[in-house]
Amino acid sequence: MISLLLRDLRLAMRAGGGFGLGLSFFLIVTVLVPFGVGPGSALLAKIAPGILWLGALLACLLSLDRIFALDWEDGSLDLLATSPLPMEGVVTVKALAHWLTTGLPLCIASPVFALLLSLPPEGYQWLILSLVLGTPALSVIGTFGAALTVGLKRGGLLLSLLVLPLYVPTLIFGAEVARRGAEGLATTTPILMLAGISAGTIALLPFASALVLRVNLR
Amino acid sequence: MTLTVKDLTISRGGIPVLEGLNFSLEPGHALILRGPNGVGKTTLLRTVAGLQPPVMGEVHAAPESFAYAAHSDGLKATLSVSENLHFWADVFGTKGIQHALDGFDLNALADRPAGALSAGQKRRLGLARLLVTGRPVWILDEPTVSLDVASVELFANAVRAHLAEGGAALIATHIDLGLDAEVLDVGPFRAKPKSGTGGFDGLDESFL
Repeated sequence: MISLLLRDLRLAMRAGGGFGLGLSFFLIVTVLVPFGVGPGSALLAKIAPGILWLGALLACLLSLDRIFALDWEDGSLDLLATSPLPMEGVVTVKALAHWLTTGLPLCIASPVFALLLSLPPEGYQWLILSLVLGTPALSVIGTFGAALTVGLKRGGLLLSLLVLPLYVPTLIFGAEVARRGAEGLATTTPILMLAGISAGTIALLPFASALVLRVNLR
Repeated sequence: MTLTVKDLTISRGGIPVLEGLNFSLEPGHALILRGPNGVGKTTLLRTVAGLQPPVMGEVHAAPESFAYAAHSDGLKATLSVSENLHFWADVFGTKGIQHALDGFDLNALADRPAGALSAGQKRRLGLARLLVTGRPVWILDEPTVSLDVASVELFANAVRAHLAEGGAALIATHIDLGLDAEVLDVGPFRAKPKSGTGGFDGLDESFL
């Protein structure tokens, strides 16, 4: 398991691995938004939590189809399926590797992007907290979508259509935490909902992902 | 008994391809599968390896006894030869890759990225992976594709050494490996088209 995680991280760091792709995409989205809606900081501060969360969500989506597609193409997925690793473990490790290469950098860099969108400084901690709690769910749900579409030629578009509706609850509560935090309101309820969604998906979805992956390998 | 297959029917894409297969494999023995293209050798190997369920019949084997090698080698182009082997050794919980590098003459290539290898060298690396799995039953699908004569000999030696250690091998191949092995021609086990399926009776599989 550890070796699979290390291999995936190493592959992500090497040439063509896509590490930093999500981060750059996130940066471009946040830089483009002021061009689109105008530079007024009052308006930007109001829409910043939603924009930042949308950006994070799309940045996550960008690298989802790589989770299994590369391993499927070169045959390693078949070999992993016949290895001693349980399939549930494989998909969990894959989701974790995706989060470490996409979600975690976004969480760490988010205050910089928040600054670009004039989010009030008291909202930074809430933005980081909401991303830390919410992005694992994005990776786990995305891994499920990637498992569903593995083996389809150019399944990336289908993957987006499948996964984006499933991201709605995380988006709603994640952006709500960041918004309320920035406005100085109570955030307990959306935080609990966000954490509950993440915990639930992490607990249940790996089993579903492993099942559809086994079916797709037939 | 390492592997027993009883009355096995397998299908590809929902269409039965082979039926009524019975064979068994003892430790120290190899079984060579032969048959024309498209007859279902790969499907049979995938079914035995547990990648897909049989339509009917049973495959009996000790759990976690198979090492499967398919048409594609499962190599990561940006990892070096030794990194690729170390990864599979870790996954299968075995130690040391030196014997695998020696067995397939890969020492000189150990630090080269797998993406920079030739087709035959990739294949050798893919086969060297078998040596680090530590599994008793090798299931090999056309293992000699793109190997030169010397490499085929390396491979045959590796299989002989594996059999001598009490391992077993199930190999689908078209060439003569010079192994002392039983040969099973799967051609006669081709599934008969079911009567009553109307217009589909006379259709060629390639048409479907």
